[in-house]
Parts: sequence; C-alpha cells; structure tokens
Amino acid sequence: MSALGELSTLGRNKPPGQKPGRAGKVKKRDNLAAYLFLSPWLVGLFVITIGPMLASLYLAFTDYNLIQAPEWIGFENFTRMLSDQRLHNSLQVTFTYVFVSVPLQLAVALLLAVVLDRGVRGMAFYRSIFYLPSLLGSSVAIAILWKQVFGTEGLLNQVLAPLGFEGKGWISDPSTALGTLVVLNVWTFGAPMVIFLAGLRQIPAMYYEAASVDGASAFRRFRSITLPLLTPIIFFNLVLQIIHAFQSFTQAFVVSGGTGGPSDSTMFYTLYLYDRGFGNFDMGYASAMAWFLLVIIGVFTAINFIASKYWVFYDD
Amino acid sequence: MTTETLRSAVVRRRAGTFGWTRIRPVLTHLALAAGALVMLYPLIWMVVSSLRPGNEIFREPGLLVRDLEIGNYKVGWNALSEPFTRYLLNSAVVVLGAVLGNLVSCSMAAYAFARLEFTGKKFWFSIMLVTIMLPIHVVIVPQYILFSQAGWINTFLPLVVPKFLATDAFFVFLMVQFIRGIPRELDEAARIDGCGRAGIFLRVILPLMVPALATTTIFTFIWTWNDFFSQLIYLTDPKMYTVPVALRSFVDATASTNWGSMFAMSVVSLVPVFLAFLFGQRFLIKGIATTGIK
Repeated sequence: MSALGELSTLGRNKPPGQKPGRAGKVKKRDNLAAYLFLSPWLVGLFVITIGPMLASLYLAFTDYNLIQAPEWIGFENFTRMLSDQRLHNSLQVTFTYVFVSVPLQLAVALLLAVVLDRGVRGMAFYRSIFYLPSLLGSSVAIAILWKQVFGTEGLLNQVLAPLGFEGKGWISDPSTALGTLVVLNVWTFGAPMVIFLAGLRQIPAMYYEAASVDGASAFRRFRSITLPLLTPIIFFNLVLQIIHAFQSFTQAFVVSGGTGGPSDSTMFYTLYLYDRGFGNFDMGYASAMAWFLLVIIGVFTAINFIASKYWVFYDD
Repeated sequence: MTTETLRSAVVRRRAGTFGWTRIRPVLTHLALAAGALVMLYPLIWMVVSSLRPGNEIFREPGLLVRDLEIGNYKVGWNALSEPFTRYLLNSAVVVLGAVLGNLVSCSMAAYAFARLEFTGKKFWFSIMLVTIMLPIHVVIVPQYILFSQAGWINTFLPLVVPKFLATDAFFVFLMVQFIRGIPRELDEAARIDGCGRAGIFLRVILPLMVPALATTTIFTFIWTWNDFFSQLIYLTDPKMYTVPVALRSFVDATASTNWGSMFAMSVVSLVPVFLAFLFGQRFLIKGIATTGIK
C-alpha cells in the first residue's frame, strides 16, 4: 500500500498486524526500546524539520538579510507578495507547467502501461528503457542536453530541417521555452508508468475474459473495467506528480542559466524563491514565499482528496 | 455460463480474428520500438556528440561518427579550476555518507514503527507520513542559517548529517512496509532463544530486509548524485564542488562555445547513475511499484 493510501486510512482502522488484545501488555515493555530506535529520526524531526519550519514561519514575518538581526514587520512580506509582479508571473508559469505537464505525463504513462501490460514479449526490456529517463531527468546533465536539443542549432531543428520546417530557438523564445520543460517532464513518464503497471496487475483477468465473451470491444473493456479499477492508482499518481511538479527547479535553473529567462518565461516559483533567498539574501521574503508554497500544495492536495470522492472507485 | 460454451466462444473469437492476432503483436512491437528509440535518441545522440569534433555537432542529427574524437573528454576534464576527478571524488564522498546515513537511521526507525508497540505510535507514524510530502523549501532557509552558524558551509556535513537523522522519511515508510511482510514468528523464536530487541533487529530483521536496503541504497545513490538544489546552496568553494555544481559552472564558464566537452562531462556525470540503474533495476522497479517513490 502506498504512503498516501496509508495516510488516508489511518483514522479509519488500525494498521494491519496490530492485534488489539495484546497491545496493552506489551506497550510498557517496548516504550524505552522503541524511543531508542526512533531517536535519530526524532532528533531529525525536531532539529531538521519542525524547528526550521517554526523558524521559517517566524522569519516570514520579519525582514532578515543574514547579517542584521531579523526585524519583525508583521504582514509586510505578504502584502508585498500581493503587489509583486514577478511573483505573480512565477505563479502563472508554475501553474501552467503543473496543469499542462502532469496530465500529459500521466496520459502517456497510462497508455504505455496498458500496452505493455498485454503480455508483450520483451516487456521487461521496454519497461526499463521507458523508465530510464525518470532517473536521469532531474540531473544537470539532462538540462544541458535539453538546452542544446531545443537550441537554435540544436538536434530538433536538425531533424526538422529536411522536413521543411524552419528552425527556431525554442529555448530562447519566451513563447516556447516553457514548452520545452513540459516536454522534459513528459519524457520522464517512466516512474508513474511503473506504478500503473503494478496497478494493472491487480485487476483480475476474469473480468476481461467475461467482458470478451460478452463481446465487449477493447476500448469498451478499457473504459468499463481498466479505467474504473485503476482510479485509486491514477489518483495516487496525480497527487504525487502535482506535488512534485510544483517543486521543479533544476531543469529551469540550468536551461535558463539561473535567470528564469527568456523574459521570466521559465521563472518557476521555486526559482524565484531561490533568487530572493539565496541570490539576494532576502530571507524573510523567501520564507513567506515558502509558506505560501506549502499552502498552495496543501490546498491542491486537499482539493484532490475531496474531488476523489466523486471519481475514485475503491473495490472493497 | 458453462465452461463448455465459454471455451467455444473463445475459440470462435480466435478463429474469426486469426490474421489480426498474428499481426497485432508485430504492430505493437514496432510502435514500442519506435517509441523507445525516440525516448533514447537524445541520450544516444549526446554520447555520440561527445565523441565528435565540436564543429560537427551542429551539422549532424545522425549517429554516425566519422573521426572518433576523445579530445572533448581531455578538454572537459581540465576545463575548470580543479580536474574533474576532484568533483567525482567529492560527489562520491557525499553519496557514500548519504547512503550509510539512510541505511542506519531509516532501518532503526522502521523497525520501531513496524514491530514495537509504544505510546504515541499512531501519532508519530502519521507525522512521519506527512513529512514525506513536505516541500524542502519550507525548511531550507532556517536550515541554511543553522548550518552556516555551525560553520558547515563548504563542507559536506549539511548534505550528510541530516541523512543520519532519517530525514528521508519515504525510506522509513518503504522499510516499514517491508518489515510488515516478515513473519512475526521469526521474532518470537529469536526472543525465546534469548534475543533482546536489538538482537532481533540486528540478527533477524536486518538480514531479511536486504531487498529493501538495496532499494534504499540505489535510490539514495541516484538522488544524491543528481541532487542540485542543496549542493548549489551549501557548496560555493570550487574545491568542494560536487559533479552537478561543477557541471553547471562549466555551462556558465564556457557559455555555449564548447558543446563537445560539455557533453563529454555530462556523459561522465551520468555514468554512475546509469550503472546503478543497470545493476539495481530489479530493486528499483519493485521499490517504485510498491511505494510509489520516484
């Protein structure tokens, strides 16, 4: 079961393997041992995660440049965000990226998972090949490659030239620069594809056999059996990829040379946050931005969970 | 419906679509192979281009190399203030520390969550699950301040120490899932033989969770090797650069003048990831399929 599934069922029933009867007796004996085993994680939780979270919440209400002591300025960072055009632009870029690249990536992943699931010979081979870009995609090396492939004299134009297309600098043109990053994200569809494949394997073959006998077409079988039974997996991938896409950084940073250019067309929210915090040591503002990002991701995840009641089908 | 009618229906269907059932696998394979080629083409082209003289890269979309040119690698290796060996070693140290840290700290926490009963277990467990989805940006500014006050900027400590504190919570979750699948009878038997909690963990659980440890190792290896954001923030001294940070400053230093050596060093930087992928595929695919990590 996935982390998401586990989290959503936590309130409803006991975790598997926990027998209600014996818990009381064993409890006392294990406390010390358990907290000893947990001690590295607990130290990390407080020192590396919760402490810094609280500190960043405090800094969000201050003006702080690392040298002078933080100065409390109330909601000034947030009112500044309201009128910050570059921030609005970065939000627009990020939303566009999330809304376009995530559905595309998941659609490609699902399509290939369905094709590969049909007992294709050499399935393991194809699966590995399609998965490889997911591992490499977030690296600086691939960002460099992308910069060349979509450059004025790049691979794409070399391939298109004999077909009669006039080449252009895809990355240096503000209207197509973000698109190249969408392509990069779609290219890494292998990770959700593997999760889809695992999900497809859970669907009992007899459903398909019965549908075949009833004369259902391949498309009909996909629409009436595969799709509904796969909705929990689609939901899981959707939530995961949205959270992931909101945090994209490396590719845009390297492709644009750290500027989010051309003309801020690839200025992702995280890139602007980096620019404020670590480029200009405007730490208070960067913290405010970080908390706003957390709220955005939280809201999107919540919307996803609420909407899931209407389209995710649990077969139990 | 009886078995007999079902079978005859299937037979009828097969007979009726005899040609199609022969052709379809071939078409599927052709489509898949074409797709795989498109997916891999940029990568193969990069490797080939790294072996070409610079002026040919912009004229050749094909994969044929006329004169093998390894000069790109020589030039790239020494293009920055330190030879590339230095950056590879730096990355290796960071990766080794991160892998070791994750293996030790995550397995300990996972054992407690999967096997021990203690007060507040549900509470801590749900906190652990929530931290998996927490964006790094909410903590990075104070973490940076914390580590810079500790004098850790331009050391590998900010990149390695958190791993010893199980901050990569998805590995804790992955291991919890795995340990839940190990029969509890084995723990009981070890306890009857006189093993304590630590004994059970070290002698029973750890040896049995090798697949989960392998998945953790490979994913930590690849992610840490590829990680750019935190290495960019904490490492500003060229002597301490890791491979991604060095590659990026390579781009800035040579602008777009020397694609040949830029590709050469990109290829070098991807080799460890590729090898990890090659040897760890089995675990990688299993790990991602069961927990959804990426």
